[in-house]
Amino acid sequence: MKILNFVRDRWAKIIPRGVFTIVNPAPLRGARPGVEYEAIIGLEIHVQLKTESKMFCSCSTEFGAPPNSQVCPVCLGLPGALPILNEKVVEQAAKAALVLNCDLLKVSSFDKKIYFYPDLPKGYQISQYYQPLARSGYVDIKVRNTRRKIRIRHLHMEEDVGKLVHGEGVSLVDFNRAGLPLIEIVTEPDIRSPEEAGEFLMRLQSNLRYAGVSECNMEEGSLRCDANVSLRPKGTHELYTKTEVKNMNSFKHVMKAIEYEIKRQKRSIEKGEKAVLHTRCWDPERGITVKMRGKALAPCTPHPDLGPVILEEGFIASLRSQLPELSLNRSERFIQQYGIPAPDASVLTSSKELADYYEECIEASSAFGDGSWELNKRIANWIMSELLRELKGKGIGIGACKLSPQALVEMIALIDRGTISGKMAKEVFVEMFETGKRASQIVKEKGLIQISDEETLTKIIERILKENPEVVEDYRKGKEKALGYLVGQVMRETEGRANPQIVNKLLKKRLK
Amino acid sequence: MSKITKKDVEYVAKLARLKLSEEEKERFTKQLDQILKYVGKLNKLDTEKVKPTSHVLPLKNVFREDKVGKSLEVEKALENAPEKARGFFKVPRIIE
Repeated sequence: MKILNFVRDRWAKIIPRGVFTIVNPAPLRGARPGVEYEAIIGLEIHVQLKTESKMFCSCSTEFGAPPNSQVCPVCLGLPGALPILNEKVVEQAAKAALVLNCDLLKVSSFDKKIYFYPDLPKGYQISQYYQPLARSGYVDIKVRNTRRKIRIRHLHMEEDVGKLVHGEGVSLVDFNRAGLPLIEIVTEPDIRSPEEAGEFLMRLQSNLRYAGVSECNMEEGSLRCDANVSLRPKGTHELYTKTEVKNMNSFKHVMKAIEYEIKRQKRSIEKGEKAVLHTRCWDPERGITVKMRGKALAPCTPHPDLGPVILEEGFIASLRSQLPELSLNRSERFIQQYGIPAPDASVLTSSKELADYYEECIEASSAFGDGSWELNKRIANWIMSELLRELKGKGIGIGACKLSPQALVEMIALIDRGTISGKMAKEVFVEMFETGKRASQIVKEKGLIQISDEETLTKIIERILKENPEVVEDYRKGKEKALGYLVGQVMRETEGRANPQIVNKLLKKRLK
Repeated sequence: MSKITKKDVEYVAKLARLKLSEEEKERFTKQLDQILKYVGKLNKLDTEKVKPTSHVLPLKNVFREDKVGKSLEVEKALENAPEKARGFFKVPRIIE
């Protein structure tokens, strides 16, 4: 340990205090009856950056290639290989830091994080320990209508390791993933509940997707999350011994694992057990966490082959100018500007593409509409119910959608003009979604034009009345429901094309 | 610089996945202590105003373009592996 301290002390002079404080506070001892506990949660998130080639070599990053077909002397750590940093990685990581409100450090550098495990070909992982890329960020979250900041301690670049497949008595290693570019994001212990953890991850994912730096897909492994959990008596400020929970593969499981861990620690404290710093594995089948191993800290030493990364002001400014408006701000603007309800705004801004789609619809609607909130809301409804359902059914994203915002708005205009009914529109919509045809064309082809002509409708109504004398009698005796039946008959007669408002009006007039 | 203890040696050996005999532990404790004492002489220098140096060349921002190049053939990549199976490196079963 002292050998490591030697390297560490040497470097400590240029590193701000705090980085070296290995946070391993004392355990919380003894049950105190009647004491309420609160959870202290911090997250460590690994995000795979979108690039064509690996972090330090030109191997492809493409997913799903045969094992060990995307490796080279650099990512296998063969003797004499020289890693050279991919400039796109710096750009993507810096963008990520900016959308997470971090301060980019002018100088950052790479270290070797030394540990031995079969998924690590070189015996060390290239990471940034002493001088990370960025510090002191935050993500705004909104839980139960309260906006709060979750602080980010630091963000650094590092390479991914290989993948292990476990078999009978052997483990198999695929190094295709070794050397893929990652960023690690470490939060301050600011999160207080599973719900806040879920919201934080959702916001983080949304910001990073908005910035276009990562797919951030937990199920596919481009976003991974470990949770540090400890408890303390409510209202106190100390930190106590934590556990680290791993192996969650969706936001839902992160929340469930944290929830379980809080309960488990509470029971453990109440039993008077002594907490020990260790790693636990989430078992999704059983819905519990299981002790994995003690936590050993890997020593780090500066990487002699990789020079420092110096971020120039001009570079940072140009990245900043490329950043989009982020989801939470955009959602609040949607509420203000378009007058739609908060839950709608939240759904519509869940991805940049969907929010862009909605705004294009709004713009297109100015050609016929009045820009009223009712119209904006109706557009929102069509997107949220019909469009999202069809996209989900097809398993495609909004980017691959054939139905343009202009075409959707044109269809809504047809409803407003009374050309088609809302019910017909649903049929038209599905056809538009499938074929990308315009609404007016489909209406013509299918003969879907709504019948609003009073003369035509009156003829049909007369016939229906003649066929249903007893229903007419019921209505005259005061049975309101009978009218609904008659309207239904007219709709059936016209295969749903009659304008229901006009049929209603005509029937009432005729039966007076 | 304080003394290296047997416990330190055991800890480092564990991190390095080394299995040491009792005799080795004793011997390495002594040897590491001597080495560290020797290197510890550097502590006598006043380095207050010297910046830590990890690179002797004044290079910065050495980048490559984000372009895909050729990787090794799978057979080539696995050539030096003591054991392999179906394109994978084969190692003793690892369970955490």
